[in-house]
Amino acid sequence: MQYNVPVLSELVAEGKTPDVVFWVGCAGSFDQRAQRVTVAFTKILNRLQINFAVLGTEEACTGDPARRAGNEFVFQMLAQQNIAALNNYGVKKIVTTCPHCFNTLKNEYPALGGNYEVVHHSTYLQQLINEGKLKVEGGTFKGKKITYHDSCYLGRANDIYEAPRAVIEALDADLVEIKKCKTNGLCCGAGGGQMFKEDEPGKKRINIERTEQLMEVNPDVIAVACPFCNTMITDGVKNENKQDTIKVVDIAELIAQANSY
Amino acid sequence: MSFLTIIQILLFITLVGASFFVAFRKFKEIYDNINMGKPEQIDTTLGFRLKSMFLIAFGQKKMFKLTFATQIELIEIFIDGLTGKHRILYHAFEGSFLESLYVFVINFIEILSLLTFIVTIIFILRRTTFKVARFQMPELKGWPWRDALNILAFELTLITFIFMMNSGDSALHMKEHGEGYGFILSGFLGNMISSFPNGLLHFIEKTGWWGHLCMVMVFLVYLPYSKHLHILLAFPNTFFTRPEPKGEMRNMTAIEHEVKSMLDPSFVVPATDGEIKFGAKDVYDLSWKSLLDAYSCTECGRCTAACPANQTGKKLSPRKIMMDTRDRMEDISKGKKEHGPDFADNRNLLGDYVTKEELRACTTCNACVEECPVNISPLNIILELRRNMIMDEADSPAEWNTIFANMENNQAPWQFSPDDRLKWTEELN
Repeated sequence: MQYNVPVLSELVAEGKTPDVVFWVGCAGSFDQRAQRVTVAFTKILNRLQINFAVLGTEEACTGDPARRAGNEFVFQMLAQQNIAALNNYGVKKIVTTCPHCFNTLKNEYPALGGNYEVVHHSTYLQQLINEGKLKVEGGTFKGKKITYHDSCYLGRANDIYEAPRAVIEALDADLVEIKKCKTNGLCCGAGGGQMFKEDEPGKKRINIERTEQLMEVNPDVIAVACPFCNTMITDGVKNENKQDTIKVVDIAELIAQANSY
Repeated sequence: MSFLTIIQILLFITLVGASFFVAFRKFKEIYDNINMGKPEQIDTTLGFRLKSMFLIAFGQKKMFKLTFATQIELIEIFIDGLTGKHRILYHAFEGSFLESLYVFVINFIEILSLLTFIVTIIFILRRTTFKVARFQMPELKGWPWRDALNILAFELTLITFIFMMNSGDSALHMKEHGEGYGFILSGFLGNMISSFPNGLLHFIEKTGWWGHLCMVMVFLVYLPYSKHLHILLAFPNTFFTRPEPKGEMRNMTAIEHEVKSMLDPSFVVPATDGEIKFGAKDVYDLSWKSLLDAYSCTECGRCTAACPANQTGKKLSPRKIMMDTRDRMEDISKGKKEHGPDFADNRNLLGDYVTKEELRACTTCNACVEECPVNISPLNIILELRRNMIMDEADSPAEWNTIFANMENNQAPWQFSPDDRLKWTEELN
């Protein structure tokens, strides 16, 4: 199948409107690991013939790391720029594969005049499965032990705990919960701008601590739903020399792999 | 009325009056301290507020039962104290169905007191012998440690006095009427000491009565100086729970306008914005709600136990942020008392109390906010202090300066050209 990525400005020039804008995010655009998640999700959108578009070069960082690090100026510059572009195209609905983009677009843009229906791809995939549009072919993950790492910005920040689990359960795999899950989940260590700097002096890196907790149930796969968690836990697994036996995989990739997209 | 009774009534009034006066003065000071903060609009309906408050209160149902029993007890103290008589309620109720209710309430208080006595001893052991990790952290050294043990000691003393009073009284009642009041525990103790001479029994009973009154008053006066203020302030604090999703950080309107005028020269910055404050340097710059949060904290440390930075050995402890905020307010009001209302000491919450290393360690993961049993947000204070550190003092880690520059120049935290945003599509087919 030939996969396409419609760009919003081109669609609009042709007089078309997409049903949903896929907000790719900086990690999804530039980070090599996260790019593979973007590709997987795009394949799903294509396969289901969803009328979507991306902003492409008009997309800018939502400003999340700047606001959380304390730099409101940089946040405001990026946010106002994004809102101008989104409002200019009359965007109504946005889907994003990053919980940080999701949280900022959904909760923080309305105060600046950016009002959209924003969904995270976990919820989006869950809805598609529930509606019967997305069918997951069993087999690939049958009997595999999968554990899920809750992203803070999906879970505690926005109370989304069930959607990513529903997606994993659709795989016919064995979803195993660790002790510190859902509201008690430990951060991967990347939030609040920490992704871009070294840990402060301490006894241990946060991602190592979290990876150890996740490895307690001896999973074959650690499922994630956030590009930053993905990086942090992948590094943690490498640190334990377990990268050959434990895969860190985004929920969109799980679906794409199961269906051999 | 005998001379001795009059003396007792006067003593009671003086003691209670003085205690209330001292306690009221401190409560007023705390109210003023919370008002040092900046205004914050909390847009919630009365329904939401009551729900938030009762969810917490219902979560601790025993608080309610205790409150009811304690109220009867307090009414009795007042009536007995003001009349100089004893067990006025019992005698007033005698013979009616209220008598059994009264006996039930006293039994209830006694059983609870016994359980509390046992639990208090366990709590003391938990702090001193078993070394539960969240009670062993550096911020608990000194006063917070003594504060916790003081209250536990008060508790043991109070309960001892209650049992002295009730068993002395039960023994006397038994001698006079051939039977006790029907109090299970003190009746049992009273039976054991019924062979004591009446004078000694009176002495035990009076000591218990005055001792337990004194302990209640000590508790009243001590409360506003202590972390146990929590048991009162938990109610207003949950009443004013912020409604936003935990992930939302509040907009800074003044900076929004400033940036708008940069991007669009025709935009006129509203005059109301005035001087832009970059987050919080001191408690004056925090919202009153954050200050109320600080006084509502009972230093239980669940936030710190859940904090990913703290668990991995970083300096950050959300509990310490709350304690520092409270200490800062207390230091300012102490300074004002000594040096007048214009007191300034060249110290700030940021730097002198909360260090930058602590602030830099926060992942904004909301684990501390999630954990707090009374809806305190340490994260809100951390964010406001960070805003000041970054924007006012321009003191940020070099890596953050790099991402800020990248975000300004390339619209992404990494140094990639915005033109390459669609490069990933090459991997697609």
